[in-house]
Amino acid sequence: MPEYSWPPMEKRRVLGKATKRLDGAMKSTGRAKYASDFTQKDLLFGALVTSPHAHARVTSVDTSDAEKVPGVTAVRVIASPGTELMWAGQEVASVAANTEEAAKDATRKVKVQYEVLPHLVREDDLSKAGARAKSAGEQVKGDPDKAFQEADATVEGRYGIPVITHCCLEPHGNVIEWKGDHINFYPSTQNVSGVGGDLSNSLKIPAANIHVNMQYIGGGFGSKFATDLWGLEAARLSKASGGRPVKLFLDRATELMIAGNRPSGFANIKVAGKKDGTITAWQSESWSTGGIGGGGSPPIPYVFDIPNQRKNHTAVATNCGGVRAWRAPNHQQACYLTNTALEDLAAKLNLDPLEVFDKNLGMTARAEVYRAQLKKGAELIDWQKLWHPRGQSSSGPVKRGLGLAISTWGGGGHNSQCRTNIHPDGTVEVELCSQDLGTGTRTVITMVAAETLGLPLGAITLKIGDSALPPSGPSGGSTTVGGVSSSTRKSTVNALDKLFEAVASSMGAPADQLEAVDGRIQVKGNSAKSLTWKAACQKLGVNKISEMGENNQRHPGGLNSSGVG
Amino acid sequence: MSSKNDPGAPKKPRNGFSRRGFIRGVGISTGALGSGLLETAAHAAPAGNLAGPGAVPVTLKINGKPHNLNIEPRVTLIDALRNRLDYTGAKKVCDRATCGACTVIMDGKVVYSCTVLAIEAQGKDIQTIEGISQNGKLHPVSVAFVNHDAQQCGYCTPGFVMATKGFLDKHPNPTLEEAEKGLGGNLCRCGTYVGMKKAVLEAAKEMKGGRNA
Repeated sequence: MPEYSWPPMEKRRVLGKATKRLDGAMKSTGRAKYASDFTQKDLLFGALVTSPHAHARVTSVDTSDAEKVPGVTAVRVIASPGTELMWAGQEVASVAANTEEAAKDATRKVKVQYEVLPHLVREDDLSKAGARAKSAGEQVKGDPDKAFQEADATVEGRYGIPVITHCCLEPHGNVIEWKGDHINFYPSTQNVSGVGGDLSNSLKIPAANIHVNMQYIGGGFGSKFATDLWGLEAARLSKASGGRPVKLFLDRATELMIAGNRPSGFANIKVAGKKDGTITAWQSESWSTGGIGGGGSPPIPYVFDIPNQRKNHTAVATNCGGVRAWRAPNHQQACYLTNTALEDLAAKLNLDPLEVFDKNLGMTARAEVYRAQLKKGAELIDWQKLWHPRGQSSSGPVKRGLGLAISTWGGGGHNSQCRTNIHPDGTVEVELCSQDLGTGTRTVITMVAAETLGLPLGAITLKIGDSALPPSGPSGGSTTVGGVSSSTRKSTVNALDKLFEAVASSMGAPADQLEAVDGRIQVKGNSAKSLTWKAACQKLGVNKISEMGENNQRHPGGLNSSGVG
Repeated sequence: MSSKNDPGAPKKPRNGFSRRGFIRGVGISTGALGSGLLETAAHAAPAGNLAGPGAVPVTLKINGKPHNLNIEPRVTLIDALRNRLDYTGAKKVCDRATCGACTVIMDGKVVYSCTVLAIEAQGKDIQTIEGISQNGKLHPVSVAFVNHDAQQCGYCTPGFVMATKGFLDKHPNPTLEEAEKGLGGNLCRCGTYVGMKKAVLEAAKEMKGGRNA
């Protein structure tokens, strides 16, 4: 197997060096074209009619006036009479028109009659949730009763954070063109490789006939993986309008109702400890909602695996838009609930919470990592000097204090395939259907390729964001850099090995004794015996090298992507 | 860098220049920001000159170039720029004068183009992000945003760049605090404010003395 491992630190020329974002100038000059920037002469604008009621049944939909609005090309009913709508903002009808103004006018002309039904939209008071609340059942670990009895101090409190809605600056939406049995799809998505399959399943057209392209995305944060109903509707509107492209992006108000609902997290928590700061027992009754589906279950107690626990979580179904992932789903809620309660315990014990956290790190999966982080954080914050016990702040209404929390997340590397082409004229293409959410993915991939091939960053032509390229995973859960770095490294190593084979005889050395350094191919450690990159590539004759590399989570062999990001 | 080194610069941004504070104070009645423009706009109102509801000819002077459009009077400047022309640098995000992604400069003033009617922008010099980098040479603000990685997804960036340019044109020697206030009308969700603060101060240095302005 080829040698894929990363070069030793002291030999790295590109990795680990501060590098300016390669698409920085495209963005800061406004030249970067996002899906929402798509313009074309025959472009139509799509718009949605949405439910003003949190819970209602559609009794009638009359689109006749809407169809008469000048410039309207299609009006579609999504929720036909009899449909039960479960949240405000749920899609009822859609329209396409020549101008955005006409599309909006037409939505106002769609006459919908509703039978309004009882609703629940708030879950902060669990006692009012009634049958909408579903308990997961009590979980007990150790002997919480005994531990609470023997504790030196116990605190009880109610903690909670409400639903937070996503607000990516670029709204959810897409431009889509459905002509005959082919679709051109320009979405704002975190999953360029996968979103076409999603569309294909829903519209029953061959996935091979769907071409997806996205070069820039104005934020996703976990909320932009699926095609979504508005994506499908835009496609149907395009088809109904003779295949003209339809741009359908949610307006901000709709965006807030239906495009991203991070579950809430509430809990009545009781936590106990010993005088020396040892945490001994945890009890929690937690509840949350993520809309009508119920919502997530925050993993509490978070990070600290407290030996004695009694807990129960209740999911509340509210008449609100559906749940969406939000950067480390469920972790923020769990982090907030747990760490706040633990700080309250420290206060009750009259101890510095930094000491209490440090004392209990044995209950975490990475005690030494957290210890080092807490030490560094305290140093940077000047904790010893600035922290003070509660109630000892200045007089007046404004109080200042310091708090702390620790967290965890998995990360890793997603599945990714990459292709590297080395052309006889020396040009290099690196191709993979990843996306750059603004996290620097383009820059990272190019850095890995440049490092491997011994070339400057500018010598690499990178192609991403197009479904015709080798598939790469969705960008979620901090897995992209791990995935694309590994696939790019393998692909570029494989391609370089082919180049070594092609030039070995003329250099009078076996292929495995060659290396790529500073734009040259040379005999290892001997810069006197070398060819320029271009001269080496000319030896290919007329045929390019095209080699794949894969990061496969099921077969990770050959390269560990940790330490790249 | 401090304002006291520059006797010409006001000690505080003019009128305590804070667009967010301004909006809080008087309510959102116009996309024109800062009292100076409000006065100008009031004087320039085309009294008795009713137009619409159908499409009317509208000429917009964008980056020095006239564009003739036939649009309804209700069309906003952002929609004219993005939907009728191909100036897509300014972004339509909140469409209600709260986020700044649609920021352009009109007659030297920083405005939210989502709350200016295109018909009202006639006869004014409209500067968009497409117009500030000339002959392949990036504007110092754009350069500074790259140098300090003052951007991630980049969707708020054109608005921030224009707001920064408009601010620095009027306040060439801002303190960090003044820059924070001056750009208070723009939002970034990726959280690139730390880089932006450095970028604004670097751009101020580069632009000083009218160079590249």
